[in-house]
Amino acid sequence: MRKAFTPLTILAAAMFAYAPIMIARAPYESTMGLVQKIFYFHVPSWFAMFTAVFVCGIQSAIFLFKRRPSADRLAFAAGEIAVLFGFMGLVTGPLWGRKSWGVWWQWDARLTMALLVQLTFIGYLLVRKYGGPGSDKLAAAMAIFGMFNVPFVYMSVNIWRTIHPPTTVIPKLPAAMGVPFWFCVAAFMLLCLLLLTMRAQLEHRRAALDALYLEQE
Amino acid sequence: MFRRVALLVLRKDVAIEVKSLEVVSTTLFFAVSCVLVFAFALVRDGSVVVDAAAGILWIAIAFSGTLALGRTFERERYAETLRALLLAPAPRAAIYVGKLLGIVLLLGVAELMLVPLVSLLFSTPFFARPLLFVGLLLTGTVGFAAVGTLFAAMLVRSRTRDIMLPILLYPITVPVIIAGVRGTAALLAETPDEPAALMWIALLASFDVVFVTLALWTFEPLMTE
Repeated sequence: MRKAFTPLTILAAAMFAYAPIMIARAPYESTMGLVQKIFYFHVPSWFAMFTAVFVCGIQSAIFLFKRRPSADRLAFAAGEIAVLFGFMGLVTGPLWGRKSWGVWWQWDARLTMALLVQLTFIGYLLVRKYGGPGSDKLAAAMAIFGMFNVPFVYMSVNIWRTIHPPTTVIPKLPAAMGVPFWFCVAAFMLLCLLLLTMRAQLEHRRAALDALYLEQE
Repeated sequence: MFRRVALLVLRKDVAIEVKSLEVVSTTLFFAVSCVLVFAFALVRDGSVVVDAAAGILWIAIAFSGTLALGRTFERERYAETLRALLLAPAPRAAIYVGKLLGIVLLLGVAELMLVPLVSLLFSTPFFARPLLFVGLLLTGTVGFAAVGTLFAAMLVRSRTRDIMLPILLYPITVPVIIAGVRGTAALLAETPDEPAALMWIALLASFDVVFVTLALWTFEPLMTE
């Protein structure tokens, strides 16, 4: 990964530079027009968030059962990345909603679910920051529970209400829209991967530094 | 062995509680104040907003449940009795189950008072379908307590436990609250919607199974120092 990091960063930068051109060339959606184009960044940011959520949950479980500190650091990095992409989704969503539904926020199933998962992982970061000694295990439990909670939140709010466009529209996208969409998904996933490695690397170095300080004392 | 340990832990908690009545009385008082505060917010011109009673009942359960969880484990902290419990040559999971049963029992007592109170104050026929309603209460309480007991036990050692418990607990138990409120509201509708209530009970039951299993699975590594 270390060798590939710089070329991949350049590739990601190039993809994000080219993405607006592809999006501008994509056809207008018949009812929503220009505002629908936010979809090319909105949906991929959720994809990236859920990837980070699952990385965080799985690495937390590895940390808890195998006691591998490196897994904990990767989980921490993933937790931060999840919240970051979650905020991107929560900013782009209301912008789209304001234009197409007329309101900033709707108590719709997928919005509520996204907000709840986001809250769980903000809670995770709060525990890590303010939980005091031993909070790494606490946070790991929070991440595992948060990951297993995703289907329950999904089911409960889905039955509760739904006005969001169903996710089944994605496989049915016409090619003119599908190509820029999947291009954006790839760009976001790459960005997610790069940020994750970078953030985890920082945590590894910090841990190594702490170990050196301890040795000195 | 497993069952005996769990029942012993439960018996210990019940004995302490019966003697002091500390958690039961404070939890009940808090639950009643909760109901009153919500009544001021949701009663307009003498009548209640639709479905408000279901919401008030479950919010009171969740809030007073958090308080009870905090208090129960605070007691274990005073003389480091939780550490003593964990040092005992007994399966850790059994200790968790014993604690869980204690919390469920405590919340059950609180609900025994809360349900008639809400029913009286808001004239809601909770017991039009008694079996379904009790099923909702039971599965909901177990789900809330399963997550709460684990988190409260972990937080015993943390300095910031008072603030951390709600932060950890509410986002995770939101499905319980949604299912509890919507299921109860379905039963309170003019013509009780039994299939809807059953569906919510099924969701709650699966939540219970998943989260009790997860808690049993993670209790051991989480409580090891």
